Amino acid sequence: MAKRLSVIDVDRCVGCQMCMFACTRRTGYAGLENACIHVRSAGGIRKGFTVIVCRACSDPPCARVCPTEALTPREGGGVRFKPNLCIGCYNCVEACPFGAALWDETNHKPQICVYCGYCADYCPYDVIKLEEISG
Amino acid sequence: MLPHDPLKRILYIDLSRRSFEVRERPELFDESLGGSGVGIRLLEEECPVNADPLGPENPIIFTVGPLVGLYPLASKTVAMFKSPHTGNLGESHAGGRSAVSIRMAGYGAVVIRGASVMPVYLVIDEDGVRFRDASALWGTRSSYTTGSVLRVREGGSGTRSIMRIGRAGERLVSYACVITETYRHFGRLGLGAVFGSKQLKALVIEGKRTLPVADRRAFRQTYDAIYKAAVDSPLMQKYHELGTPINVLPLDAIGALPTRNLQSGRFEGAEAISGESLAANYLGRRVACAHCPVACIHLAALRIPYPNDPYFYKTLMLGYDHEPIFAAGSMLGLDSVPGMLQVMDEIEMQGLDVMSTGVTLAWATEALARGLINEADTDGVTLAFGDAAGYIEAVQRITTQPTDFYRALARGVEHAATIYGGRSFALAFGGNEMPGYHTGPACHVGWSVGARHSHLDNAGYSLDQNALKKGQTLTPEFIGETLLNEERWRQVLTSLVLCLFARGIYDRETVLGALAAAGFAWDAEDLERLGAETLRRKIAFKQREGFDFGALRIPQRIIETPSPGGPFDEAFVREAIECYSNLL
Repeated sequence: MAKRLSVIDVDRCVGCQMCMFACTRRTGYAGLENACIHVRSAGGIRKGFTVIVCRACSDPPCARVCPTEALTPREGGGVRFKPNLCIGCYNCVEACPFGAALWDETNHKPQICVYCGYCADYCPYDVIKLEEISG
Repeated sequence: MLPHDPLKRILYIDLSRRSFEVRERPELFDESLGGSGVGIRLLEEECPVNADPLGPENPIIFTVGPLVGLYPLASKTVAMFKSPHTGNLGESHAGGRSAVSIRMAGYGAVVIRGASVMPVYLVIDEDGVRFRDASALWGTRSSYTTGSVLRVREGGSGTRSIMRIGRAGERLVSYACVITETYRHFGRLGLGAVFGSKQLKALVIEGKRTLPVADRRAFRQTYDAIYKAAVDSPLMQKYHELGTPINVLPLDAIGALPTRNLQSGRFEGAEAISGESLAANYLGRRVACAHCPVACIHLAALRIPYPNDPYFYKTLMLGYDHEPIFAAGSMLGLDSVPGMLQVMDEIEMQGLDVMSTGVTLAWATEALARGLINEADTDGVTLAFGDAAGYIEAVQRITTQPTDFYRALARGVEHAATIYGGRSFALAFGGNEMPGYHTGPACHVGWSVGARHSHLDNAGYSLDQNALKKGQTLTPEFIGETLLNEERWRQVLTSLVLCLFARGIYDRETVLGALAAAGFAWDAEDLERLGAETLRRKIAFKQREGFDFGALRIPQRIIETPSPGGPFDEAFVREAIECYSNLL
């Protein structure tokens, strides 16, 4: 079964961004740029936070608008990303209504979740979780 | 430092010329890491002798450190400047997203020189600086508005810091603060007034990048060890659950909670304003600084009905900590949580340092009761312990300054008491208002000698409390020596810009391991050298600007009001101060 990252309870998010740092660390670096998950305030911290993750759509719009098949649907939901094929057209960023196709300013290519769940291991408050995609 | 680490880049901004340049100075960071260590060296370079703190010659320096963006809890930015409040060393630390944003924008330090001829705000990213017109933002009644406007107007939500001042900074109140991410502050010592003097309303700093590490495997292992220690540690749990207000009841129980201008160390309303009571009745949300799993920031949700309009409510979300509770609660005799929170909210809207404001108003209350001032001085405002409405009116007037008296209050309690009398109960040390502890002699010695006159310099209150627990009697020699050693080590922590709440996690060995994976081959001796040298430089700067350990004023009130540490006299305090300064 394919897995995806789910936001279990956004109201438990404290905005620490440990997940974003974890996602970048997964690639061997420190910092934030390689993060495929994004946490920002919901219009000021008093209102809490928005956690943006790839929800692994069954018919992903980001893949539909990719002109080079760098993004292709994954069996069971979500997408696979082949950076070598990507020409950096930005279509996927604009197609995802959640903003989950994040942008790498250095390489001019999107940052696409690989559904590994490494970020969830560093969420101290169980906001996110790697789950099997059902239904 | 690793070859591609952008920490070495210093962004120099000139507000007078509206220009900027980036200079690479790896040697500064290789020798002094960042934070306090690099900050004081830049201050030595940038700040001329006898500079006017509110003149264009006073620099604003922000520094971060090598561990920021790499490890959890390396989350602070150090600001260095000459303080308009004490007329001497200004150093203030804040978290929020400030440190991560500066590091992610690709800088180790930002130096702001000169003054603008009109209100501006700055937008900083890896490409440099954009100067933006802030004249329409100048004078807005609430500091919250500036945050709301810039949040929408500028990009980078989630990876930026928005530092801004309120009207108190514009009006040069000497203890105005800089607010970042709504709930964190560069407090104490008046950085907000320095912003105001430069017509600098706000800074937006944004960035997102990767940072190199020396050894990926060692980096991840070190990271995991620190992360595990942080989330498993009981100390961290304490800061997450009730937060710093966990201290209110224990301090009250031993008679160390400054109450009604320290006329007492016990407050009958302590239960009501305690961390436990606030958590049970008001806690609305907990939030964290960037890259900190602890989430110590506690926000109270306060629903306020409009008195003459049924079914209209406003809901405040207000940050609270031990120090604001002491300053706007027990020190002002406020035992009503809604009243206390509304005083804090007004202080936030004006952009004032809450501790200095509370202590100054507590003195003013006593001065009014003793007839040193009258209601003409207070512009008709009644200042009375326990009366929140009067304090809210007075807080507004500290900014608007309608009378000579408020003009004096706007420069703090030391200045006001010099004019109006009542110095024996004006609770300032080195010109900075006292923090929320009256544990014994060591706390007062601590913030007298501390380079920032802050309880965070050397934690004298902790020395008192430990002695109390162990039944020890403190000697002046022991106090002087212990405070000095602690303050030296804290220079290392604040050069690494680690949150001081994490000092138990980042012991010497952990610090060295973390530095090694970041490409800094340091040993224990290097750390000791940096700590001693940074403190020496800070004290030398202060002495250059006229500071004298022997001239410190000891308010009589701390001697008169019994503390749990037992009776002590002024000679004892002075002897401990002398021991500290002799050992330096």
